[in-house]
Amino acid sequence: MESSRSNNIVVKVFGSSVSYMRRWLFRALSVGAIPRHVAFILDGNRRYARKWNLGEGMGHRAGFLSLMTLMKYCYELGVKYVTIYAFSIDNFKRKPEEVQYVMDLMLEKIEGLLKEESIVNQYGVRVEFVGNLKLLSDPVRLAAERAMELTAKNSRAILLIAVAYTSTDEIAHAAQQSCLDKIQTRSGFCFGFAKADDDAITIRLGDVESHMYMGVAPDPDILVRTSGETRLSNFLLWQTSNSLLYSPRALWPEMGLRHLVWIVLNFQRVQPYLERRRKLLS
Amino acid sequence: MDQLKLIKLQKSVPPSNFRNPKLPPFQNQPRRQRMASLQLRLSFTPSPLKLRQQVPRRSLDLKLPPRALSSAIKAATVNGHPGEDALLKGTTAPAQFSGEDSVALPAGLRRESIPRHVAVIMDGNRRWARMRGFPVGSGYEAGVRALRRMVELCCKLGIKVLTVFAFSSDNWFRPKVEVDVLMALFDRGLREELQYLVSADVRISIMGDSSKLFNSLQALLANAMETTQNNSRLHLIVAVNYSGRSDVVQACQKLAVEVKDGLIEPEDINEFLVERELGTNCTDFPHPDLLIRTSGELRVSNFLLWQLAHTELYFTDSLWPDFGEDEFLQALSSFQERQRRYGC
Repeated sequence: MESSRSNNIVVKVFGSSVSYMRRWLFRALSVGAIPRHVAFILDGNRRYARKWNLGEGMGHRAGFLSLMTLMKYCYELGVKYVTIYAFSIDNFKRKPEEVQYVMDLMLEKIEGLLKEESIVNQYGVRVEFVGNLKLLSDPVRLAAERAMELTAKNSRAILLIAVAYTSTDEIAHAAQQSCLDKIQTRSGFCFGFAKADDDAITIRLGDVESHMYMGVAPDPDILVRTSGETRLSNFLLWQTSNSLLYSPRALWPEMGLRHLVWIVLNFQRVQPYLERRRKLLS
Repeated sequence: MDQLKLIKLQKSVPPSNFRNPKLPPFQNQPRRQRMASLQLRLSFTPSPLKLRQQVPRRSLDLKLPPRALSSAIKAATVNGHPGEDALLKGTTAPAQFSGEDSVALPAGLRRESIPRHVAVIMDGNRRWARMRGFPVGSGYEAGVRALRRMVELCCKLGIKVLTVFAFSSDNWFRPKVEVDVLMALFDRGLREELQYLVSADVRISIMGDSSKLFNSLQALLANAMETTQNNSRLHLIVAVNYSGRSDVVQACQKLAVEVKDGLIEPEDINEFLVERELGTNCTDFPHPDLLIRTSGELRVSNFLLWQLAHTELYFTDSLWPDFGEDEFLQALSSFQERQRRYGC
């Protein structure tokens, strides 16, 4: 009893000293620029499960734990927007059991996020689900909408979860919505007139951007894809045109503090050039 | 005043066989490769006897039996296309090799893993020139020579489409003198290389908003596209004044016009319709399998946004004028090892 209590104290002291060192490290990093928006492609969960002989689907659970850790580090560092690629429309082509498992896991975790002691309430995070939510099953979609509603008032940080998302689908949807908007605006002006309308519909960059699912956040500064693959896999193609692309070899459940520190240092190296470019083009 | 500056800049561009003796050339290349590229750069008039000796040793044609190689070179001198002219330009005419049987792959590369469409962001010309103390114009000239090497390599390896990012719509913000030098280089390069493209069976297409270019350049580009329209060995797509986002927006605009004309309903707009209107609709393989960016920058820089959905990206530290056969083969072997799952 005594020894377990003293063990607990040791663990607490050790834990708090580690977090104290981490906060000191983040303070040192904050001397340079900190990225405003970081996007992650969570690749490598299944490979992790095979590597460590975990059961089928346990890789995704391990991935969720590492997601929570990394999110915590990002918000402590001062990153305001974090986007994660949870489920792609192309992933529906996987085995039905796997898809169902991931959907159930997502439902479970969304409900977990809304609990009192979760990271969302600790850091004041607003949760947004981006993607074609109509493709999701009803329970998952309703849980997602409820999560968005309940966290709508938080504003310290924003977590964007891309579910049933592909960038090409997002752009096509934005094009469709812009067309519909322009037609409605035009017919609104012509209400009561019977003449044929000669005005052309003009779609500009701003029109397309305003109808994107990702319109709630600025463009990512860094896109991280784990497990060493260097491809975008139809994620944020529009938004990452000037973002730093980083692909560490570590699998997603293996990502940790040192990867985040390395990412931020790489970002600080190119950030002056990107900032100059942004000022020149705007 | 700008005209004077331009003339001075052009005059100060060293000739293509100039090497600054103070700086070691091509610092990040091994000596053998430097000697091979030196052979290609120096202009000389060899006799038919010398031709056999001066084929670069690290050529891709190593796998061919020596008899086939020398008879092909003899054919190059005999068939009315003077071999000397071809060597003056720096290479034998690849169109003399017939069909795919003579294309020998280097050891380690499998034919089925050669990408069909390769995209390249040709970055690092100015840095290359600055490192060697040359003016920026000669960096761009060296870049054009590297592009020529790339086109030949793609022809030899059987790659179907090569897309290159020549000029971004963001590049108009560069100094005016530099932009003028670049435009003059496009003009001169295209005039000089059109004959080569025709003989090498390469089709050239231009992607991007060419209305902002000089009228003479626009006419030249249109002529080049028309002349090479029926060539089929390699499709070279040059992106000039191109921005991936503008490409997508102009596709959406075209769809909006179709909606206004009543040809389609707004609800019918889907990915297939958008892709049909993009700049890469001139080819059957609009999606690159491999994107190569030189000079070590880890960005896509607004190039081919839509089409890069499942493209393998390859970043290399070597600068574009130094990007040669070895670096390209490294990129291809890296591509070969990747497992492409397309989201599954």
